[in-house]
Amino acid sequence: MPNLSPKKNSMPSQDPKLRARNFDEVALGYTAEMAVEEADRCLNCKKQLCVEGCPVGISIPSFIQKVKVGEFEEAYRIISEASSLPAVCGRVCPQESQCEGRCVRGIKGEPVGIGRLERFVADYHNAIAPEAPQKPVSNGRRVAVVGSGPAGLTCAGDLAKRGYDVTVFEALHTAGGVLVYGIPEFRLPKAIVAKEIDTLKALGVRVEVNTVVGKTVSVHELMKEEGFEAVFIGTGAGLPRFMKIPGENLKGVYSANEFLTRVNLMKAYRKDSATPIQHARRVVVVGGGNVAMDAARSALRLGADQVYIVYRRSLDELPAIR
Amino acid sequence: MYRILEKRKLNPTVTLMKIEAPAVAKKAEPGQFIILRTDADGERIPLTIADYDRAAGSVTIIFQIVGATTEKLGHMETGDCLCDFVGPLGRATETEGLRKVAVVGGGVGCAIAYPVAKKLFEQGAEVHAVVGFRTKELVILEDEFAAASHRLVKMSDDGSWGEKGLVTDALRGLIESGEVYDEVITIGPLPMMKFVCKLTREYGIKTVASMNPIMIDGTGMCGGCRLTVGGETKFACVDGPEFDGHLIDFDEAIARSSMYKPFERAAHEATCNLFSKEVK
Ligand SMILES: Cc1cc2nc3c(=O)[nH]c(=O)nc-3n(C[C@H](O)[C@H](O)[C@H](O)COP(=O)(O)OP(=O)(O)OC[C@H]3O[C@@H](n4cnc5c(N)ncnc54)[C@H](O)[C@@H]3O)c2cc1C
Ligand code: SF4
Ligand code: FES
Repeated sequence: MPNLSPKKNSMPSQDPKLRARNFDEVALGYTAEMAVEEADRCLNCKKQLCVEGCPVGISIPSFIQKVKVGEFEEAYRIISEASSLPAVCGRVCPQESQCEGRCVRGIKGEPVGIGRLERFVADYHNAIAPEAPQKPVSNGRRVAVVGSGPAGLTCAGDLAKRGYDVTVFEALHTAGGVLVYGIPEFRLPKAIVAKEIDTLKALGVRVEVNTVVGKTVSVHELMKEEGFEAVFIGTGAGLPRFMKIPGENLKGVYSANEFLTRVNLMKAYRKDSATPIQHARRVVVVGGGNVAMDAARSALRLGADQVYIVYRRSLDELPAIR
Repeated sequence: MYRILEKRKLNPTVTLMKIEAPAVAKKAEPGQFIILRTDADGERIPLTIADYDRAAGSVTIIFQIVGATTEKLGHMETGDCLCDFVGPLGRATETEGLRKVAVVGGGVGCAIAYPVAKKLFEQGAEVHAVVGFRTKELVILEDEFAAASHRLVKMSDDGSWGEKGLVTDALRGLIESGEVYDEVITIGPLPMMKFVCKLTREYGIKTVASMNPIMIDGTGMCGGCRLTVGGETKFACVDGPEFDGHLIDFDEAIARSSMYKPFERAAHEATCNLFSKEVK
């Protein structure tokens, strides 16, 4: 008999009063018992709607069956066949509109906590992290990946597993893209991103930081002079657009990217950080998406007394995940 | 790692360093800049490429000690390595087709003005350099400017070097005496550039100003370096750093540049205290 509870097994998290003032991760993750209990809610359906909802097609019921019987390493192996960043995806993928959004258990009650299980499995693996993964046999073909965000890293990981010799070029001084400069520490600890990148390096992926493709080196040079046979461009699309609102260039007005980059990449939330940030008492965040929420939550944690979110439509239309 | 190949003090607060960075040296052009971090906990700071040597694979930077990072950088020695050094960023100075140019530099801005003057000079343009410093002790690159210009006008606030007065006085003098420039290129403190542009507008001379706003990424990702040019928002790191001086909203740029003044002062003092403790 599966676990018929209509609700997901809840995941322990930091006390809201405490967490509103620190940058430690909010969600604390399942214990092994909690994970097994949640895995027990999966019906191991014939028609795997959850897999259809997953952009990389992880064999979701298969890995969940392994969790159910406590074979966590085997579960990890199944996930990593399709995903190069499980600890990251388990935390920040929009599961509610992907795998979990399609899960049959979600028709009556809550879907299976697929993201929480993925996170558990990845963290379990990383904690015991036996030895680094085996480096696949090289096929001698070189591929350049431009940009080290989730797109670039996933591409690098998939190719490396197939034996390609991959070099990732990143403009900033740290790899990870939005995972390191945008998404705050309390949602995605940077140590976890670094760990996933180390796994890719063990697979043979080289990462060249401080390289702006198009400035430091051109795509043409990569292909004609440096011997890359293919180039994948994953430079993101997250450039700030300003709207000509009067006053938007005043001192103290930030784009979300600047504010979050200062806080996350440059660690401006730490007292000893070399990078400055405004520690405002009263903060207004314009916009109602996930990035706005990250900015509002960061502002609160930097010590603001009041943070207002200003959004142009109704509360029901607010695009952020609840 | 990016090794310091040479270090030279140009005046008590301005230092020149040659950095080993072959990939940057290969592509560098006058007017472009780099971003560096001294160490893994350091801040990202932009500095103009003052010179480069493609064969030797080196890039020269010249910096004034103003805050914690430049203080730390100033304490690094030949043989030490910088943690990060990325570039060349921004657009190169457009020098093509210019036949007669006045290059107006002020203070440490002269470090940025020099490679531009040199490039124009090498291209065969007639270069008039107007350079100003507060006082004689702060003068940098005098010989270099002399070698890269047909006419060098030296100005100081207190009259201890060259003539007493502002660079705008000197520039007005040149224009009034009948010199006709295709373009004026100005690099220095924001108020100085503002007044140079005001002056050249009176005479209808095209003027380019090099802007150095606060930056982080230097790749167009954050918008922190934005300024208003002709009513449009521009990002200095990718659209600049040089813009049409007659269109720049200097008052806004001056306000934005003071965003972290108190922080910078405190951080600089803390760093100085740290270094003086080490010395003891
Ligand atoms: C604050 C914030 C929070 C978010 N939260 C979530 C979330 O919880 N869940 C979710 O699913 N999505 C979230 N997103 C969206 C998600 O981050 C993006 O969909 C994702 O990052 C896109 O990945 P990418 O690899 O295409 O690009 P990016 O992550 O933007 O990576 C691109 C990388 O390329 C580098 N680069 C750019 N140009 C060059 C060049 N010329 N040469 C070399 N390198 C270059 C950049 O420096 C960057 O590191 C969030 C976005 C933001 C801004
Ligand atoms: S749809 Fe839900 S219940 Fe069915 S296999 Fe997928 S996760 Fe399990
Ligand atoms: S420095 Fe971030 S956009 Fe220019």
